[in-house]
Amino acid sequence: MTVRPRKQLHLAALPYAGEGSGADWAGSRVRSQIEFAPFERLARTAERGLFDFLLLADELRLREHRGRIHDLDVAGRPEPVTVLAALAAVTERIGLAATADATFNEPYELACRLATLDHLSGGRAAWNVATSQDVCTGGNFRRGDSLGVLDRVGRHERAAESVETARELWDSWTPDGVARPFAHRGRHFDIAGEFGVPRPPQGHPVVIQAGDSPADREFAASAADVVLARHRTPEAGREFYADVKGRLARYGRAPEDLRILPGATFVLGDTAAEAQERAFEMRRQQISPQLALHALERIWGTDLSSYDPDGPLPDIDPVTGPEREGPPDLTDLTGPTSPIGPIGLADPTALAEEWRALSRAKGLSIRGTVIEASGRQSFIGTPEAVAVELDEFVRTGAADGFVLVPHPAPDGLGEFVDRVVPLLQERGVYRTEYTGTKLRSHLGLPHPVWKG
Amino acid sequence: MTASHGRGLLHLAAALDQQEVYDAAPYEEAARLAERGGLDFVTLGDTFARPGPDALAVLSRVAPATRRIGLVPTVTTTHTEPFQVQAAVATLDWVSRGRAGWRIDVSTTEGEARLFGRRHAAAADALWQEAGEVADAAARLWDSWEDGAEIRDVPSGRFVDRDMLHPVDFEGADFSVKGPSTVPRPPQGHPVRVVDATEGSARQVAARHADVALVRVAGPAQAAAVRAELRSTAQEFGRDPDTLRVLGSLAVDLGGGEHAAEPGHGGGGPRQTAQGPLYRGGPVDLAELIAAWHQAGAVDGFHLTPIEPLRDLERLVNGTVALLQHRGLFRTFYPGSTLREHLGLARPANRYAVTGGTS
Repeated sequence: MTVRPRKQLHLAALPYAGEGSGADWAGSRVRSQIEFAPFERLARTAERGLFDFLLLADELRLREHRGRIHDLDVAGRPEPVTVLAALAAVTERIGLAATADATFNEPYELACRLATLDHLSGGRAAWNVATSQDVCTGGNFRRGDSLGVLDRVGRHERAAESVETARELWDSWTPDGVARPFAHRGRHFDIAGEFGVPRPPQGHPVVIQAGDSPADREFAASAADVVLARHRTPEAGREFYADVKGRLARYGRAPEDLRILPGATFVLGDTAAEAQERAFEMRRQQISPQLALHALERIWGTDLSSYDPDGPLPDIDPVTGPEREGPPDLTDLTGPTSPIGPIGLADPTALAEEWRALSRAKGLSIRGTVIEASGRQSFIGTPEAVAVELDEFVRTGAADGFVLVPHPAPDGLGEFVDRVVPLLQERGVYRTEYTGTKLRSHLGLPHPVWKG
Repeated sequence: MTASHGRGLLHLAAALDQQEVYDAAPYEEAARLAERGGLDFVTLGDTFARPGPDALAVLSRVAPATRRIGLVPTVTTTHTEPFQVQAAVATLDWVSRGRAGWRIDVSTTEGEARLFGRRHAAAADALWQEAGEVADAAARLWDSWEDGAEIRDVPSGRFVDRDMLHPVDFEGADFSVKGPSTVPRPPQGHPVRVVDATEGSARQVAARHADVALVRVAGPAQAAAVRAELRSTAQEFGRDPDTLRVLGSLAVDLGGGEHAAEPGHGGGGPRQTAQGPLYRGGPVDLAELIAAWHQAGAVDGFHLTPIEPLRDLERLVNGTVALLQHRGLFRTFYPGSTLREHLGLARPANRYAVTGGTS
């Protein structure tokens, strides 16, 4: 009797959670979110756990809140490609994924830097294609001044054309190392010449994309190798998974040409109760009284500093219209791994009403409400329970794997690697060694055909 | 002319450039060799005009494989985003624990402009003017976080003290940057800025913004003249000229290791070629040349580009440098750990920091 092979899980690591991770970095022994040593430790740990890749986020401006720099969360990050190039020296197999913005950067330069990273790492580079949402970011960039800021559709188009252009550049050298001239004329770029770097070892560095809008899903289906999903429940995951995988055929792609990896957090304990207790304690650390008020101000769009975080929610309605301070919508509260998210994309008034109802029903303070209403750790339990749950997600078509955000960041990953990875291996759903040297091989992605 | 014109410590640097090399090992090997010789820093060129890897990424890859030597990639300013350039250079400083430099250069050709499609080629003067603005904006962004702005104060929940973060609101002729930077102030305060000051249009930028100026000249008298000009211009910009190191930049061909310099090379000196001044001869004679120029006060040291990368670098380190060390003219160990310390340059004060109650 032949045993049908179990569907394999893919794992990646992201050292920064969303808001609230300040507690991790402030409290941990790391003491720096910028020095090289913590990144090196994380990369080595993830490689010990046979992860597919390590992903670094970028940052194009410091976050602001009501016109001032947001001081309650980790601020200040290193530039991803530079850190990953250094990590290539201290790791051998793990993929190195850099977030790089396609709104304010030019495809020629991005393609050069990513191709170089792929060469320096022997074929382990990935590009997480980001777009910039915020008008303020433009203040730091030439394009932001000279051309104004693109609308959402324009940003998507530009990102898609950036990827397309980068791939043309990577294909402009023949596989045996002859540079040939390229020319690209599109809506956003009109460029020509010779590309500066030979075809990368992977052919094309792996392209990663995040986002959930119909346009994001279409872009993922047409162009991405990996999608960072935000769905936390199996039902929502399955809907997204089926929808995006269903779109691939239109682009002549097979379902296994794209990996869907939701962002996820985890809390382990020797018993289920202990894990729950640790998770609650972690939430309390992450959602400080100040951060709870801050979260409320982002919804209410006004100064709430006179409120007591241990008292009831404000009975005033959120400010809408031109007097509103802060973001007009709530998208930046709902990052895939943000402890403040997901709170939906509801309008502020509806969301405030929802939170007040929750507070009344459960007798919760402001801080208690924020802890209760906002995101939770995705997987809480014993290592055995978490391993089963992760496998279930993948087996039932809700994901191909996960991008894990460790708490405390970044050293919490070691616990996962030591306690959960062996259980996944025992179940036969996770590799026991790297079988290839390139990121594409870890992800089971085909080597791109050279389009000469 | 200032009183402190005399010679200080000898500084030596080498170029790691290798044709058609894209994997890390040869760069790592060369950088470790240069570090064994105690050199101040290594450079790696970069231009969009011809093939080559991204220099900053390569030297970042080299950083964990080395411990002391300075790492100075070329990063051009014409088609790149100033905000991204300063963030990447600051990150290299973090990754290398205070060993980063930045060789500033411009892209003058229409071919390079076509790779970006945003603007046409411009005259060197205008591009260097802009490069100076980028250097200025970068320094302001490196200062936009005061040292210690990350407070990680658990009781108040504050991760940073926002009063110690500053917008730079820089307005240049062709770009503006709001700030603050997204990268906290790097270990050196300002990574070391290097400018080739041979051409007239770059010389003002070098005098104003560079910590190290490179001059490609074939004789000590010429070198001394350019050095004097750079120092006096620096002083006109309000700088202490002793904060500027001027290095003679030579290509070196040490191929005939045991032979003396070829006749016609100016009595053992370099010869001007289309590619710049070239020294061809033995490592011993090169040591003589270096010692003589330095002792004459013509230069603060040398930036040497091996013609045959690994061969000439090996002869440079094991021959020329060993001899200079033997004669007590060059360090035998690194007394400091940052590139600024190797160069004898102080860590710059932060222009935004409030000191002693005055602002």
